[in-house]
Amino acid sequence: MARAVSTRRKIGFTIAAWAVGLAIFFPILWTILTSFKTEAEAISSPPSFLFFDWTLENYTTVQERSNYFRHFWNSVVISLGSTLLGLLIAIPAAWSMAFVPGKRTKDVLMWMLSTKMLPPVGVLIPIYLIFRDVGLLDTKTGLVIVLTLINLPIIVWMLYTYFKEIPGEILEAARMDGASLRNEIIHVLTPMAVPGIASTLLLNVILAWNEAFWTLNLTAAKSAPLTAFIASYSSPEGLFYAKLSAASTMAIAPILILGWFSQKQLVRGLTFGAVK
Amino acid sequence: MATQHSRSAARIMISPAVLLLLGWMIVPLALTIYFSLLRYNLLMPGTERFVGLLNYRLFFNNPAFITALVNTLVLVGGVLLITVIGGVLLAILLDQPIWGQGIVRILVIAPFFVMPTVSALVWKNMFMNPVSGLFAEFSKAVGLQPFDFLTHAPLASIIGIVAWQWLPFATLILLTAIQSLDSEQMEAAEMDGATALQRFWYITLPHLSRAITVVILIQTIFLLSVFAEILVTTNGGPGVASTNLTYLVYVRSLLNFDVGGGSAGGVVAIILANIVAIFLMRMIGKNLDA
Repeated sequence: MARAVSTRRKIGFTIAAWAVGLAIFFPILWTILTSFKTEAEAISSPPSFLFFDWTLENYTTVQERSNYFRHFWNSVVISLGSTLLGLLIAIPAAWSMAFVPGKRTKDVLMWMLSTKMLPPVGVLIPIYLIFRDVGLLDTKTGLVIVLTLINLPIIVWMLYTYFKEIPGEILEAARMDGASLRNEIIHVLTPMAVPGIASTLLLNVILAWNEAFWTLNLTAAKSAPLTAFIASYSSPEGLFYAKLSAASTMAIAPILILGWFSQKQLVRGLTFGAVK
Repeated sequence: MATQHSRSAARIMISPAVLLLLGWMIVPLALTIYFSLLRYNLLMPGTERFVGLLNYRLFFNNPAFITALVNTLVLVGGVLLITVIGGVLLAILLDQPIWGQGIVRILVIAPFFVMPTVSALVWKNMFMNPVSGLFAEFSKAVGLQPFDFLTHAPLASIIGIVAWQWLPFATLILLTAIQSLDSEQMEAAEMDGATALQRFWYITLPHLSRAITVVILIQTIFLLSVFAEILVTTNGGPGVASTNLTYLVYVRSLLNFDVGGGSAGGVVAIILANIVAIFLMRMIGKNLDA
């Protein structure tokens, strides 16, 4: 009896959860479907859901007309570049704070976090003017610098919480066994630190890929990443739904896939360890 | 264990990060405050001069400012209301025994990974467009007049779009928190005859209060700076009906070239964000000691 009730309950919850999940996912699904339609079918009334002539023509059109892959490449360079540069600066910092904590470590961490609270619009004008004067406007270098700095607090914090979980006794044991500092780093610490570094990298590539304040304000045609390129569809000419969908699908697909792998890190990274 | 030697090594290892962030914070911040005290227009170079608090007075006396301030608060409040209530309900639903839980989780979390310009344009064109959007099709199918969302309810529409993007974040964090709930406590309450609603009110909700606070504070920081969604959907209009503080400063400084006035707006935005930040920092700081 109890078993039957709980199965019935499970069916009910399953239906409800799937309905809500599909409803939330629907706009993305609809975008992906529309990207395979012709422009005429994309606005047909009533809309066709699955039974239309599937075509890849939008993907080729988007590439031919607007050199899509240059913007895609800009996104790759900017998000990976800023993340790697950020890691290079943050790893030593997080490392020393986790293993050689001083009296002020906590204050330094909190202060770094506070820089993240600065609204971007509060510093937009000086950054814009400085970039204009030194020729960094509309360059990938400029965006790499800005995105490195705005994500640096998150990178330091994430690494810190991961490094903190590496037990210090292991280092002492290795030292007792006569391991040199070099061996200690290569054979003991690095293997333990790699998963944390990889998770940090993943989350920050995602954040940098989707960043849409600085990328929109500091770039024009030349070094615009996908966020800014897609924004150019806001002033459309003629029929464009299918092409917008194709461009959008290509822009979000890689990150959607990366993102699904990083659900756990997302919580840790964006709550600064406040929710585990 | 820390020796004098390792301490100084540690200091050297931290310093690049600290110096860079210090430069990033102090230089632009000082410049923004400085510019906000000047009459400074990019179209009239060489006419900059100190005007004291005039920019602030003009900014506060501008009716657009009050609208933008109210819009900012309505936008933040509206999105928070939807995402927190929706997030709690969704987290509870996803915590139940269901088939294919992993897949449902993936579907729910997906909008968070969609870049803001894509989600705003997809909603604007393929859903909210009064002629060919899906909502219009739906209205026609049931015999109603299509509604022009972005013209007649621009702010509400933007709230909807932004809430769709942030609901996954709230859900994911609240789900993480719910899963750490002690199931024995729940079973004991059930045994004692507590109804589902009582269990939710007296056990689940108090357990979630901390996670809810974190969600509210972190989202507020990001929501105060909503920009791309406004830029590609309404351009802040009609008029200033969907202009928030961030967008107003952008219009002032980069479209009207009024650096002084824009900077004054930027300083106001910083003050607003700081009020929230203080609470958030306290919560996270407490956690650091534990």
